[in-house]
Amino acid sequence: MRKTVFVVLLGAGLLAAAGVLSDAGQEQSTPLGLPPVPIPENNPQTPEKIALGEKLYMETRFSTTGEVGCFTCHDPEKAFTDSPLKTSEGINKLTGTRNSPTVINSAYMTKQFWDGRSPDLEDQALHPFINPVEHGLKNHDPILKIVRKDPEYKKAFQEVFGKTGKEITMREVTLAIASFERTIVSGDSPFDRYYFGGEEDALTEQQKRGFDLYLNEGRCVSCHVIEQTQALFTDNRFHNIGVGINNIQNDVPKLAGEFLEADRTLSEVDVEVLTDPKTSELGRFAISHGFDDLGAFKTPTLRNVAVTAPYMHDGSIETLEDVMLHYMNGGVTEAGDPVNDFLSGGIRPLDIEVEQIEDLVAFMEALTSPEFEPAADAADGEK
Amino acid sequence: MAAVSTLPVSMVELAFADPAQNFTFAYISDSHIQHINGNRFVNNWDRGLIRSVAETNLLQPKPDFVMFGGDLAQLGTKPELDHGAEMLAKLNYKTHVVMGEHDYYLDLGEYWSELFGPQWYSFDHKGVHFVVLNSILTFDEWTFDRWPTAEQRMLEMAGLDNPNGSPFMVGETQRAWLAKDLAGVAQNTPVVVFSHSPIQKIYKGWNFWTDDAEEVQGILKPFDDVTVVYGHVHQIQYNQIGNISFHAVMATAWPWPYPRSYAQAESHMPKITVPMNRSDPFFERDATGWQFINMKTGRVDMEYNLNNNTNRTVAYNPETGRPEDTKYQAEDDRIAPQIHY
Repeated sequence: MRKTVFVVLLGAGLLAAAGVLSDAGQEQSTPLGLPPVPIPENNPQTPEKIALGEKLYMETRFSTTGEVGCFTCHDPEKAFTDSPLKTSEGINKLTGTRNSPTVINSAYMTKQFWDGRSPDLEDQALHPFINPVEHGLKNHDPILKIVRKDPEYKKAFQEVFGKTGKEITMREVTLAIASFERTIVSGDSPFDRYYFGGEEDALTEQQKRGFDLYLNEGRCVSCHVIEQTQALFTDNRFHNIGVGINNIQNDVPKLAGEFLEADRTLSEVDVEVLTDPKTSELGRFAISHGFDDLGAFKTPTLRNVAVTAPYMHDGSIETLEDVMLHYMNGGVTEAGDPVNDFLSGGIRPLDIEVEQIEDLVAFMEALTSPEFEPAADAADGEK
Repeated sequence: MAAVSTLPVSMVELAFADPAQNFTFAYISDSHIQHINGNRFVNNWDRGLIRSVAETNLLQPKPDFVMFGGDLAQLGTKPELDHGAEMLAKLNYKTHVVMGEHDYYLDLGEYWSELFGPQWYSFDHKGVHFVVLNSILTFDEWTFDRWPTAEQRMLEMAGLDNPNGSPFMVGETQRAWLAKDLAGVAQNTPVVVFSHSPIQKIYKGWNFWTDDAEEVQGILKPFDDVTVVYGHVHQIQYNQIGNISFHAVMATAWPWPYPRSYAQAESHMPKITVPMNRSDPFFERDATGWQFINMKTGRVDMEYNLNNNTNRTVAYNPETGRPEDTKYQAEDDRIAPQIHY
């Protein structure tokens, strides 16, 4: 059932809209508000590769329990997240430390994961398989065993890459998954129709007031970027906005010191940040070791944000209204709580009134793409 | 973006003949803690000092001590000095403090001295002789006789391009003390002087200036290796005059000269005078920072930790005999100024 919905959804919206099914005319068919999807030279899109990537994405055998796939935490029916879970659940309901980021438009991100520890979608796809709280595999061998033996996979890998048996490596597996993920793009929201499409009445008056706040007193646009011809709603940078790090303030010297002393591999970092809640809060510092990155996480897109609650890298804020309060307070969720020592210089108390929060939230609700409207309605129904 | 948060180990090699003599210290300066009213202080300046202190506490290897380079307060009031001292107290290291004009001209350093002790002094550490000067004094007539109130005196000295201002000086008393202090120091002992204003003459209108700079330089002349580190100018500067290397340190509060992008209503900032060629108005901490210093072969290697920016190192180049930016000295290597956003 899940899969049927998925295919219909993609068939009707994403694949066709992104224009990836035909070689020609991709630019014209890119959704309103988005630039063409950047396709790496060494991983060109083909319909067959995308289909193989989708099959791998939906595969549950690549986990110790046979129940977890990429889709478990990045569910197409939930705008490619696992909303309303606070942090993601892997094998045996084990939970990680971070809120599932959406796959939607991740093709445009210049770094992957909340802390940017992965340079691209191909590399990103390697790590969850062997993380103890995600797919739980000890190494990638079980995956290779399946794709080299299973008749359907054998056929597909032969067709897409011209490879069989031991020629098939995780490189081919991740190339296909990344190709599929590059089709998961979405724009065409009411905001796009208003701002880029010139449809004056695509936004309500309240949403227009919210947009004005977004650009001005709200200071949202400084990180959630809107440009002249496109809007990715991210600056692809990392900021300490006073979430999570506040919980470990007294442990920062010890935790940071450990990271500076030990030269960890990326895989070790991957396991540590997802299994140790305190280490997780170091954010990008765990990767870069730069003071600017202490407690800093990637600016997420705001597209479809109305259907992906809860919010922030740790899922610690339940509603968009409370997110707005966090920013109004200058980077603290509860007014009066201490401000983090390493808070980004961009975060400071805002000059907006509590009444204006509803305008801002209304604007964010205008960022939902048509293909996720059903999810938006469901979220409304639950309120 | 890529900040170097640990001291590069290679930087501390090739130091004194006895490797045990290698050491580092950190330098924070010009926080300008500003009281608004009640328990309210200007948030931006608070955040700059808080962040610098917290980052300094994370340094590895640990610095031997921390210098604070003056202008802890904006208008020298007790609430400002107390609030600033409280933040400095969070440093996990022995801290030495330099007097700035913003700390001084309200009560002529009385409360500051209660908090931090003598206004000029010297100490020895691992073979280096360190001297702290109060370089922001001026003519007695200006200080004692000219102004009806202490508050007005403070404001007049805080003004830029102010015809009512007066040039900074170390003064005769301290120069005599300095000569005596150095009398017992061997000529080959590295000497490092900390002052708030530059002990060199750069721009009088903003007191990037010490009126008796030449006399002080004269007292320092007999020594092989002398370094002067000063605050006040809120920007990276370096220079060599004779045997003396000069290094300025960044402010944690705001950069000089002012960027035009700081122009905004209700900012609690002094009026903008000269634009700076870069500063990201989104990041309040942009174009500010703090520094840690490698003492090697008796020279200061200044490592600038610049918030949300590319860190820089200014180190003594034995070939040219002067401090130089280790990466951007050559004109072709410089980052072009950003003139729009």
